[in-house]
Amino acid sequence: MHISNGIIDGPVAAIFAAFALAALAFCVLRGRADLDDRLAPMAGLVAAFIFAVQMLNFPIFTAGVSGHLLGGALAALLVGPWVGALCVAVVLVVQALVFGDGGVAMLGLNITNMAILGTAAAYLLIALLLRVLPRTPAGLAVTAFVSSLVSVVVASQGFVFQYWLGGTTDLGGNLGGLAGTMAFAHLLIGIGEGLITATTVVTVAKVRPDLVYALRALKPAAPVPAVPVAGGVR
Amino acid sequence: MSRRSWPFLLGGLLVALVLAGVVSNYASSHPDGLDSSLLKGCTVNADDEITGGSCPAQQARDHELADSPLADYGVRGVGNDFLSTGLSGVLGVLLTFAVGGGLFWLARRRNPAGATSTGPGATASTGATASTGPTGVDEAGPARAATTGGTTASRPTGDR
Repeated sequence: MHISNGIIDGPVAAIFAAFALAALAFCVLRGRADLDDRLAPMAGLVAAFIFAVQMLNFPIFTAGVSGHLLGGALAALLVGPWVGALCVAVVLVVQALVFGDGGVAMLGLNITNMAILGTAAAYLLIALLLRVLPRTPAGLAVTAFVSSLVSVVVASQGFVFQYWLGGTTDLGGNLGGLAGTMAFAHLLIGIGEGLITATTVVTVAKVRPDLVYALRALKPAAPVPAVPVAGGVR
Repeated sequence: MSRRSWPFLLGGLLVALVLAGVVSNYASSHPDGLDSSLLKGCTVNADDEITGGSCPAQQARDHELADSPLADYGVRGVGNDFLSTGLSGVLGVLLTFAVGGGLFWLARRRNPAGATSTGPGATASTGATASTGPTGVDEAGPARAATTGGTTASRPTGDR
């Protein structure tokens, strides 16, 4: 979902670059509370893993369209919302500066959609769902799936908003058409992202539950005696 | 504790390297959801190049760094497509891990004795150490939780 150069005009791209920079600075300030000797290398791994999975475009509804993981929900689950947003931003910066993916001038727009909006939407849902759903592998999987799906659609509508502000083609009042096309495509991409995120997080929770930030940070609403997935880590 | 994390980190990195280095060659090369949405109004050929019509994607400009040696997930100079994509993926994973891990390592909290800091990690460790005594050592908690994971689950502190 990387925006290429020329799609959004310069002034709007600059505004979002400033916004993204401010948001990331805020994430650094808040994320430092989470970043200890254990989380720092884990966050590096999460960024590297997201980079890898973002290369894996999978086909969606028609043969001619693909999609890939954005990673906001995965990062939020594994390393928390603040460090998670920074992980996705690191991936986007590397992609723009080294791999020619997503215009450098569009970096602020892309970081806003995928790193900030995607991770924020995901974590709001994670915080809600993990508190109400049972602490089982199934509960964790549903949390991962739903938060991924919604975060991808939210990120896609971030782009629609940006296009409304500074799109370089006059859609002739058909912004709703773009919004609908984007939402539908990313609903399907979100299903793929949900499956990948759920599989990954449930696997990590089985191997090293203490490395899943969301399981450490979020307490269930009601005391649950048996903790099958958490394996003793609250 | 961080010593115990190394096997996991290495394993995770290995999975990422295989995904980016090998599986990436089987990825779909069609435009993604955003790009295809911007193609509405245009006709495209089998290679997804615009052949006619009018659509937002026509405004797209070249990337500033299109000449980068790793541009478009290939290594310039490597003729074999499979190798080129795989190698660029491997380099990307290592670069992202180095840049991300390095920045996060530099930005991390460096007061291990700061028992007052209220990160979730600190919360988790107080939960685990509560039953063993007020050691106040940040490092011991999660490691203990990891090694004795099976037994801590049944402890009453599990309700915290």
